[in-house]
Amino acid sequence: MQDHFHTYLLHLADNALVLGHRNSEWCGHGPILEQDIALTNISLDLIGQARYFYQYAAQRKGAGVTEDSLAYLRNGNEFFNFLLLELPDDDWGFTILRQYVFSQFQHLLYQQLQNSTDQQVVAIAAKALKETAYHVRWSREWVIRLGNGTEESHNRILRSWEKIKDYTGEFFIPAPYETELINSGMAIDPGCIREQWVMEVSSVFEGATIPFHGSAWTQSGGKQGMHTEHLGYILAEMQFMQRAYPGLEW
Amino acid sequence: MEILTENKILSILASVTDPEIPVLTITDLGIVRDIKFDEIEECWEISITPTYSGCPAMDMISTQIRMTLFSNGISNFRIKQQLSPAWTTDWMSDSGKEKLKKYGIAPPNNPDFGIPDSPAACPNCGSSNTSLLSEFGSTACKSLYKCEDCLEPFDYFKCH
Repeated sequence: MQDHFHTYLLHLADNALVLGHRNSEWCGHGPILEQDIALTNISLDLIGQARYFYQYAAQRKGAGVTEDSLAYLRNGNEFFNFLLLELPDDDWGFTILRQYVFSQFQHLLYQQLQNSTDQQVVAIAAKALKETAYHVRWSREWVIRLGNGTEESHNRILRSWEKIKDYTGEFFIPAPYETELINSGMAIDPGCIREQWVMEVSSVFEGATIPFHGSAWTQSGGKQGMHTEHLGYILAEMQFMQRAYPGLEW
Repeated sequence: MEILTENKILSILASVTDPEIPVLTITDLGIVRDIKFDEIEECWEISITPTYSGCPAMDMISTQIRMTLFSNGISNFRIKQQLSPAWTTDWMSDSGKEKLKKYGIAPPNNPDFGIPDSPAACPNCGSSNTSLLSEFGSTACKSLYKCEDCLEPFDYFKCH
């Protein structure tokens, strides 16, 4: 029998790990020192959240599964993150806008996960919610700043949205493993937070003078392990040491 | 031989400091949540809670707890990570807040509901005329402020 809850925990963890990794690529490259530090702090929070979910998944599995084996020894088709989070960064505007739309989603999701029937999921979500509130606040202010900034920053954020919008629909479509868990109360239906997400994002866009228009069609597949080619490059970099030198420790 | 009690262990743990803010002990921070003796395994169980999920100091703190207990001749213990209830700066002791201020970090300023989280005063000159430089500072738990009177930048330990 398939362990749907295990897959769901990996989905929650992989989202945090993959975006944490993407953001960490900015380390030493941020436009100014404070924002370099902000983004790497957000990376740390995300990787910390991923660890809680991996640790819990590993503890449930036993049989030699560890948080490290889950992060470093799975192949691309065994990762269940949203496609949006693995896309490479175009520019600062793309990084900021992706962070904002995802943090806003994560914030609503973690709020709803307080109602999960699984107590450890409730505990992790409650812990992560506090940090995610900072991520929303920081990225939201940057979206507004870039939208209202120069013609260049405005156009770049518009361009980023054109690219990002086709990937946000995936947030709200339950994967088959999720549907079963929604029925049993362990997971929450992501579809039920869509309306509020649209409300929050469109209000920030209004402040940023960016027209909000959704997309009827959406890219999807990440939640089922079908990825863009970009995930492979992330894993190649992230997993190299453990693949080349199994069991290596610092 | 002295009999080991929860209070004795707590007083030993009160000598373990935060590796990134060495004026604070882990008991000042409210990281130690529970100490109890497991009669079956004859083992002390020490529950600690992480501050921020990604705080790199947490692994270091676990190691320091181990080393400190070992050096006090205690080896029958295990450290358990407890996530719930989630850590809050409300658990920081008043003496911890004083120590932070003296160290040059503005302590968490528990705001009234609805009022933005910001420092009460510059830890250097005491002025309340301060402005935010960056939401994120040198560690996850701090943001960066500037005093508009003495013009010194300073860290603020955010409410969490």
